[in-house]
Amino acid sequence: MRPMIEVEDLVKRFGDKVAVDHITFSIQEGEAFGLLGPNGAGKTTTIRMLITLIPPTSGQMRIAGLDVQRHKMVIRRLLGYVSQSLSADSTLTGYENLLVVAKLLGFPRQERERRIWEVLELLNLRDAAHSLVRTYSGGMVRRLEIGQAILHRPRILILDEPTIGLDPTARRSVWEALELLRNQEQITLLVTTHYMEEADAYCQRVAIMDQGRIAAIGEPAALKASLNRPGATLEDVFTSVTGNTLESGGSYREVRQLRRRAQRFG
Amino acid sequence: MKSDSYVGALSVSDKPQREGAALEALLRPPSPWEMVVTYIRCVLVVAEIELRKLRHDPTELLTRAVQPALWLVIFGEAFSRLRAIPTGSVSYLTFMTPGILAQSLMFVSIFYGLSIIWERDAGILQKFLVLPVPRASFVTGKGLGAAVRSLSQAVIIFLLALLLGVHLQWSLIGVIGSLLAVLIAASFFSTLSMLIAILVKTRERFMGIGQVLTMPLFFASNAIYPLAIMPDWLRVLAQINPLSYTVDLLRGFLVVGAVPDALLDWGVLLLAVIVAQALAASTYQSIVL
Repeated sequence: MRPMIEVEDLVKRFGDKVAVDHITFSIQEGEAFGLLGPNGAGKTTTIRMLITLIPPTSGQMRIAGLDVQRHKMVIRRLLGYVSQSLSADSTLTGYENLLVVAKLLGFPRQERERRIWEVLELLNLRDAAHSLVRTYSGGMVRRLEIGQAILHRPRILILDEPTIGLDPTARRSVWEALELLRNQEQITLLVTTHYMEEADAYCQRVAIMDQGRIAAIGEPAALKASLNRPGATLEDVFTSVTGNTLESGGSYREVRQLRRRAQRFG
Repeated sequence: MKSDSYVGALSVSDKPQREGAALEALLRPPSPWEMVVTYIRCVLVVAEIELRKLRHDPTELLTRAVQPALWLVIFGEAFSRLRAIPTGSVSYLTFMTPGILAQSLMFVSIFYGLSIIWERDAGILQKFLVLPVPRASFVTGKGLGAAVRSLSQAVIIFLLALLLGVHLQWSLIGVIGSLLAVLIAASFFSTLSMLIAILVKTRERFMGIGQVLTMPLFFASNAIYPLAIMPDWLRVLAQINPLSYTVDLLRGFLVVGAVPDALLDWGVLLLAVIVAQALAASTYQSIVL
């Protein structure tokens, strides 16, 4: 075991607002790590810095030992990213969605076909390959997006709220796909969520973020045990470390996007 | 599927030597030649994505035809009867047909940037920005895709011209030259549109600016009346308007049969595309901020 992701004293300011406030954590290879917290806690901003989309204000980030700011292109080859919103193109088929990404990545035709069908098989989408994504269920769309993110065989998969807006069955199908990737391919997972029970069930370690800071970090069992209360849940841990309930703000824009997304899932 | 068929770009930790080699290969900076090849490949793929979307929903091709048809059939026929605008030896309808082609491609292209705001909101853009692919290729590819789409408008207007009995010069060079002018002009206006989208970031503001831009670009050009009848201030505006150079090329190829200022016209359009592309490519990723 060795650290795959190392974050040290990371800060991101937008004007006067401190979105990420001096956070430090590391994620081991093959681990499923959950970044928890309410909307607006700084989870998404942290991820956007890690995936080279926005630069940090200060601090260090290393992936596979490489400085993220200095080796952006290499970092992008090492990681796969699944964004919060439904980003598969609904006007194309599932196969085409994978095809365009594979073409961008520049695989020769045979290799391309092989990888696409491997991914479709792995994510249980083979039968729907040639249907328009418009006809997919929410869970299928999400699995397809995971497929787009793993075509280049990244070592790390970063997912922002992968199960948001999905029904329980679809949520389970997404987590089963992620477990499969982790167990078979030793892919390191970094997942943000505000579903505490999912993090409890599927993550080896979690960090609870609140107002840009990491309020608690560790194994879910250890965090729950630290409360010295029988039947404590991660939600209880959250309440205790932040003095807050999960009910939280989130900007108008975030809420609007969330609702729009929920509508698209139908 | 078997797990051994899925060996990562960096292999797993129990093979340290292979990993070292793989990492070294990743860290080697690409040669300029490799960068150019990758860039061109990605440009073509991005353009292909745009065209695939069109194939699944070709209704757009028809809606693009409505506006130019109305201009030619209603405005064109009416003004031909008025004989208000001096157009020399050719009929007014013939004179304005290349102008309407330029206008219709500009009207559609100037709103193309809306699609990248939509893609940003839908998270599609972020997904592509995170792929190990040069970001400039997205701007060029989208400009090219939009340009190829606008060729459909040229075909539609050619057909309308035949139906309405417009006297165009149907030479091979004229048709090829005008299609090329359509491609370059459409990629300029759609790149300009992307640049606006990158700067304003929201649909509401984008739509406002798009509306404000189209009419001046259209009326301060030689699309439906010659430069010669304009007051000086309007002529100056028309002469810095890339649409005028587009119309000049199209009118030369399709009506006159020769383009007297070809070098200037092509030069202005190409320069406009290159400047707009460079600006859009260098600011592209700020749309996600």
